[in-house]
Formats: sequence, C-alpha cells, structure tokens
Amino acid sequence: MKGKSFFGLIKPRVVYPPASNAQSNLKQMAPPGRATFLIRGGPLKQEQSPFHKDAAVKTGQKLAFDPEASGYAVSSISGTISDISPFIGDGGVNFTSITVDASKETVRDDAWEAAAETPALETAAAFLDALPGAPDLSKFLKPDHGIHTLVVLCADKDLLVGTQQQVLTARSEALKSGIRILKQIAGVEHLFVVLPKDRIQGYGSLGAEVRAVEQSYPSAFPRLVMKDVLDTVVPEEKTVEEMGVAFISAEAAASIGTAYDTKTLPTAKYVTVIGKNGNRTMVEADLGTPIRSILSALGESLNEKDRLILGGPMTGSAIYSDMYPVCPDTDAIMLQDQADIAMISDYPCINCGECIRICPVNIPINLLVRFLEAGSYDDAAMLYDLHSCVDCGLCSYVCVSKIPILQYIRLAKHELKRTQAAEATND
Amino acid sequence: MISQKKLIVSHAPFLHNGSSITERSYHTMFALLPATLVGIYFYGLAAVSVVALSISSAMIWELLFKRVARRPVTIGDGNTALIGLIFGLLLPATMPWWVVIIGTFLAVVIGREIFGGIGANPFNPIMVAIAILIVSYPLKFNFDDMLTNYDFHFTILYPLGALKHFGAEQAANYNLLDLFLGKQVGGIGATCGLALVAGGLYLILRGFIRWEIALSFLIGITVTAECFHLANSARFAGPMIHLLSGYTLIAAFFLTTEDTTSPVNKVPMFLYGIIGGVMTILIRNIGDYVDGVVFAILFINCINPLLDKIRPKAIGKVA
Repeated sequence: MKGKSFFGLIKPRVVYPPASNAQSNLKQMAPPGRATFLIRGGPLKQEQSPFHKDAAVKTGQKLAFDPEASGYAVSSISGTISDISPFIGDGGVNFTSITVDASKETVRDDAWEAAAETPALETAAAFLDALPGAPDLSKFLKPDHGIHTLVVLCADKDLLVGTQQQVLTARSEALKSGIRILKQIAGVEHLFVVLPKDRIQGYGSLGAEVRAVEQSYPSAFPRLVMKDVLDTVVPEEKTVEEMGVAFISAEAAASIGTAYDTKTLPTAKYVTVIGKNGNRTMVEADLGTPIRSILSALGESLNEKDRLILGGPMTGSAIYSDMYPVCPDTDAIMLQDQADIAMISDYPCINCGECIRICPVNIPINLLVRFLEAGSYDDAAMLYDLHSCVDCGLCSYVCVSKIPILQYIRLAKHELKRTQAAEATND
Repeated sequence: MISQKKLIVSHAPFLHNGSSITERSYHTMFALLPATLVGIYFYGLAAVSVVALSISSAMIWELLFKRVARRPVTIGDGNTALIGLIFGLLLPATMPWWVVIIGTFLAVVIGREIFGGIGANPFNPIMVAIAILIVSYPLKFNFDDMLTNYDFHFTILYPLGALKHFGAEQAANYNLLDLFLGKQVGGIGATCGLALVAGGLYLILRGFIRWEIALSFLIGITVTAECFHLANSARFAGPMIHLLSGYTLIAAFFLTTEDTTSPVNKVPMFLYGIIGGVMTILIRNIGDYVDGVVFAILFINCINPLLDKIRPKAIGKVA
C-alpha cells in the first residue's frame, strides 16, 4: 500500500515502481486440470450453440460461436467440454464460459500451421486475437479504419504491474519478430515502440522507432502517450483510434511473433500476482487457468471478505469469484486483505485541491464532483470536462474525503452514453 | 463459476494514500500548539479556560445540532475542535464565558452547519463568528480594555489600536523583535509571530495548507502598507508592524488557508491572498475597524468562487 509522502509542498507524483524484483522470480504454473474460457457474446440458446458437452477440444483449437464472429478463445489444453454457461463480466458485458476438463494426452490442433506459412492480416485476425495480450487485429480489417500509426506499448499502464516489462526482458526475440510481422500485415505507416524511461537502453534493435514515457503514473495511458510521445492531443470526443493510432501491448506483439515463428499458438500468459503484503510475483500460466489454482500454488490465502482484483490497483476490477480464469488481457491479479481495503465515505468535498494538483489532464474535479453527486451529468460534460478524463483514478487515490470520484465519473460516462444511444434510436 | 467465499467487490482504484479530514484537523491543531502555549504563558489560566471552553462548547454545539438535524455525528473528524481552538486563540484572555459560547454557536451552527456542514460553508466559520461578535460587542474586542488588569513588562497598548488612534509615530514605541516573540497585547494565540510562523511552515511543508495563499496574503499586506506609508508616512505606519500585529499571521497561515473557502488553482490562490492582504490594510488604514483581517477574509471568501473560474483548460477539451 503506497502512502502519502511526508512532504506535501511539491507537486504530487505517483511513480511506477521498478518491475525488476518481480522478474527475478518467475514461477511456472502447471497446466490446469480444468480450464475455463470466456467468449464474448451470448447467452446462447442450447440449439444455437456450436459446442456441446463432452465434445473433444484440442490444444490450440479456436473456440468460436461462429467462424465469422470476432469473439473467440483459444484452448490451452486438450480435453472435453464439461460445462457451457452464460457469464456476465465487468460492466455488464455478456460472455459465455466454456469449461474444458483436461485429458491425459495432448492433441494439437493444426489449423493454424497452414495459415502460418504466409503472414496475412485475415488469417492472423482469425486466429491470433485471443492469444495472450489480446492483439485485437480485427480492427485493421474494418474498411476505412484510418489507422496509420501502431504503438507497441512495452510499459505497464497500471501501478505495481510488471507484465509488459517481463515480456520485454524475457521474450525480446519474439517481440522483435512480432514487430516485423505487424509491419508486414497491419499496413500502417509508422510503428513505434514505447518503453519506460529507465529501460530505454538496449532496445534499439527491436526494429522500430523507440520512444520513452515518463515513470510517473499514468504516463503509459494511450491518451497521454499520444500527448507526450506523439505530440498529438486527442480531443475529448474522439478515441485514439479515431485519431489514427492503434495501441498493442508488448505481450500481444510477442504472441504474434511466437505464433509465426513456431507455427503453434502460444497460450502461456505472464501474470503479475500482487500478494496481500504487496510482494509481486511474476507467474507464467496457461490461458483459462482458474485464479484459485494460481493463488494456491503461490501459497496466497483468500478469505471471506477479502478482495480479488483483476488488473492493477488503480484500474483493475474486483471480481466475486476465484474460479475466474486467466484471460488474454489479465495482466495482473491483486489480492487485498479485508483489513487493507480502503474505505470510501459519503463525506462531502472539502475543496482541499489535492485532486486538482494530481490530475494529469487538468480537470476541475472539485467542481465536477459536485455536479456528479447531484446527477447533473450534462453540465458535468459540457462545463467541467468530464470526457477529458482518462480514468486513471488518481483523484480517488488522494481524496481526503475519500469520495469515490472515479466511480462517479464512470457512472456519469456510462449514463451519458446510454441516454445518447436512446436518443439516437428515438430520432 | 460461483465461489463459496464471499469477496468484497467495489470500484477502482483500490488504493488510497491514507489522507483524511481527521489527519488534516489534528495536524493543524498540532501546528497551533506553540501559539497556544505562548498564549497560556503570557495570560495564564484565564487563557486556558477560554480556549478549553471554546473547544468544548464548539464540539457540544456540533453534537446538539447533529442530533436535532438527525444527521450522522462526525465530531471525530476534528474539524469542529479545530474551529473551537482557532476561535479561542483569537479572543482576549479575559473574554466572558457567555461570549465564548455564543461565539462557538455562531461559528459552528451559523457559520458551518446550516449551510450543510463541512465543505459547504461559503464563509470561514470562525470569521463569521468573530465578525458578528465584533459588531455586536465591540468593547469585548477592545484588547486594551479587556487586558487592562495584566501587568506586563512590555507596551500594554494594542499596536493596531495605537496606530489607528495616535498615528504612525506610535510604531516607534514597539520593538519589532518583541512583537515577533509575542510581547504584545492581542488575542490569546495571535500574538507570537514566531510560534505562528513555525506552525504555518510545518503545515506548508507537510502539504496541509497552500504556501501560495499564505505568501500572497503577506505580500498583499506588505505592498499595500508600504504604498500607504510612502504616500503619507505621518499618518500610516510601514508594513512591518502590520505584519507582526493584530490577526495578520494567524490569518495568513490558519484563516485564509481554510480549505472550503479558498481557491484550489494556482492563479486564483495568488489573487485570493493578495486581495485579502490589500483589503486588510485598506480597512486598517482608512476603514472604521482597528483590525481589517476579519472583514477582508469574509470579502475574499465571497469572491472565491469567481476567482476559481480562472483555471487551466483540460487536456483534450476543444471548446
């Protein structure tokens, strides 16, 4: 748990801690006896489902409802399907979970092997989107996507997470060939590699232009990388992709590299496990491994009323079950003891200005939060810069009144989106 | 995917830097301890009784109000105790008990609670109380009258009163070092510059108050007083005696910097402090009241929301 610094005169700064001590003790997880894969979409009616119970699944097999759909998973084990059920993820997103019980022998799926001969965007998007790091190449398939720049982000967005830096250290060859393939298939004009400033040395040979980001959180957020590294300020109503820039994580690029180099689909994912006492362990686990088995392998205990977080401490999401699997985008798992859970309160804002001084995008949070508390979301968006927010959570982190500011902000964004969608359909 | 254990789910971020209102209040009270002790040293048990009554009655008023209004009791956050402490430090040591109790009622209930409690008060609660009391019982704030029975070995004449009534040459009767060390007549905790500056610097270094406001308030006083002095040195004293007497230093570090009523952006903080300093000297020199701090602070509290409109544009904001 990071505390407030003793001196408070200077501008506050929250620094990404160096990832090095976590990297030295990489722990390999045993292949899971039972793996769960989440596929975006559903819930499906039984007769629509392309899967059924007791069907055989091969290692590296693509699990999709529909060969054309973009949501799919790649099985990391061989075995038989034991359960298919709907699952609602963070933010109300519908998933279908498919549970596979491992069989004794491993059978590899060979559909990718033929496709790997000649790198092409269509086949890559059809097979690689659900690899560790979630490359999401499908966006390049959309006509008029307008993406001209690709940024391979080798810095971890959240505090305490060291996953991307681990890829940089341990899989730099795969990363290099991934970058080569991406240059070939993505059809972008520029490709940048963005590293944390302290690791800029020695990566000139990655085959792309190398740029550095500051070590203060949240400089590795796409919008801030755009501003600081690419000198483009993203207007609040646009996404980075609408500005023609796509971001891909280092792990995703490395997965693409490995997939073409070895002609098999890699399914092992690096996960930073942040334990209850704040110690960080780097774990290599297969996709679909239940979090429970990772925690028990590390000897971490999870008790009633503790908190289990997917992702880092500032942007992750708390989950309600330790049976949740490792997904392609699970960079970190964080455990919090019941006693360490930071409480929020219903105290009003006392206008101390801590949030103003720490906000990376200059939002007048002291005023914004008053409008959000009153539910005046339109005013918040028009007058008080709601949509400029990058959701870094620093305002909640420093709030003296312990107001859940980020929660208010995300609720407001969600509500505005909903009403706008409703208005659009009314027209 | 249902687990047997019930886990706590909530929204990001999952860390907090540990700051709290309680922490702020207690550190501010800690920073006021030196000034309080100096006041007790000079004025003895009378000062102890005024400060103790002030703190306790403030807290009881809050408790009563919260009970009547059926709102959660938040007395533990220390804010009310802090209001009581600062209020007590501004009073002369011989203040009758009923003025103290009326004063804390005005500060806590009229100044803060009826506006919605902490964070919602448009004016500094302590200044609201002192202003009403000064208008209602002007003699009780005549420090020369109130402290007439004390026998000190320094000039027993309230410096600002002397300047106002007898002209600028009175400034020569005061040794600036004596003023800085607290050898002057005034509020219990408002006289010792050394103790107040030490407490203020502690709060600034720890980040509990903003240096921008404190510094610009003092600059505003210095520059305005110097201008008056240059224009008419027979009538108006120089800036040093203004800085070291009256409520100036306690205001610079503990009153203008009150969170709720002060701005948060850089430029507004400087403007806020400077306007406060200018208004203080205007009232002291050409106004009717001996010390202008109280009304100057109420004035800058008024313009604070306007000042805070001067703010940097959010990154990505187009219009």
